[in-house]
Amino acid sequence: MARKQSDGPSKTDIDMTPMIDMTFQLITFFVFTLNFSTAVQDDRVQLPMSQLAKPAEGPSVDPITLQLMSDGRVIYAGEPVSLQEIGGYLENEKRVMIASNKEPRSATVIVRADGRSKTGDVQELIKACQEKGFERFVLRAQYDESK
Amino acid sequence: MVAKREALSDRISIDMTPMIDVVFQLITFFMLTLRTVITEGDFDIRMPLGASVGAASEDQLPPVRVRMTAGPGGERTSLTMNGQPIGDFDELRRRIVDLVGAGPGSSADKTEVELDCDPDLSYDNVIRAVTAVSGQVQPDGTVVELIKKIKFAPPKKK
Repeated sequence: MARKQSDGPSKTDIDMTPMIDMTFQLITFFVFTLNFSTAVQDDRVQLPMSQLAKPAEGPSVDPITLQLMSDGRVIYAGEPVSLQEIGGYLENEKRVMIASNKEPRSATVIVRADGRSKTGDVQELIKACQEKGFERFVLRAQYDESK
Repeated sequence: MVAKREALSDRISIDMTPMIDVVFQLITFFMLTLRTVITEGDFDIRMPLGASVGAASEDQLPPVRVRMTAGPGGERTSLTMNGQPIGDFDELRRRIVDLVGAGPGSSADKTEVELDCDPDLSYDNVIRAVTAVSGQVQPDGTVVELIKKIKFAPPKKK
């Protein structure tokens, strides 16, 4: 009787099994939902919705992503740049491509423009790219699941 | 002595603390790196540099001209296809289907759409027009492809 009393308060045994089970379930879930995709997405741009915006099968060739915000500025490499200044950055892109023995026209320019931005700004952005020799453009939209 | 041996053989307790520490670290890492990816898709547009690059082939049909005008706030005020006024984008899609036909024998491959928009037009309308002319979602979820060659008319000066 004396022995039982002495080791009673010294150590309380909690059954850890259910907690560890649940924790491993959680780990498995997060591991499977982890994605290493490098697709550029930015909260500052609200893409227009489209029912036909199905994701492409493969990654695009030499993608250059330009994101147009609703106020007319372009997000290039994470920083907002005005439409007038984007030409200089595109010149750098062109030089990088030529340095790696690629033609600028083989690059794909991905235009992620905000649905509220002006069409004139989108066209101006495309024109700025054309002046640097980029020819392939895709307009990106968000897939609309609602019917 | 007897009591000690009894306690040992009774139950071997493993110290779980380091494992649980590591496991919680892992959970925290995966939770913080969790990113929900929104499904996005692309529309190809043809923007060749000069007229010579985009030289029309022999059997190319004349382009369909879709014109959209904008009000001062960027909202769409009118929509015309080849000069004819059209109510909404569903009607535009029906007109396109009437024009090129759907399914085999359709002339959609040979037809090109030229979008002519006011500079102030909200970009949302462009994507809706592109969606309307480039395909149709059937009730069973399959997509019937219509015109894939889409280009912008040269931008107007403001």
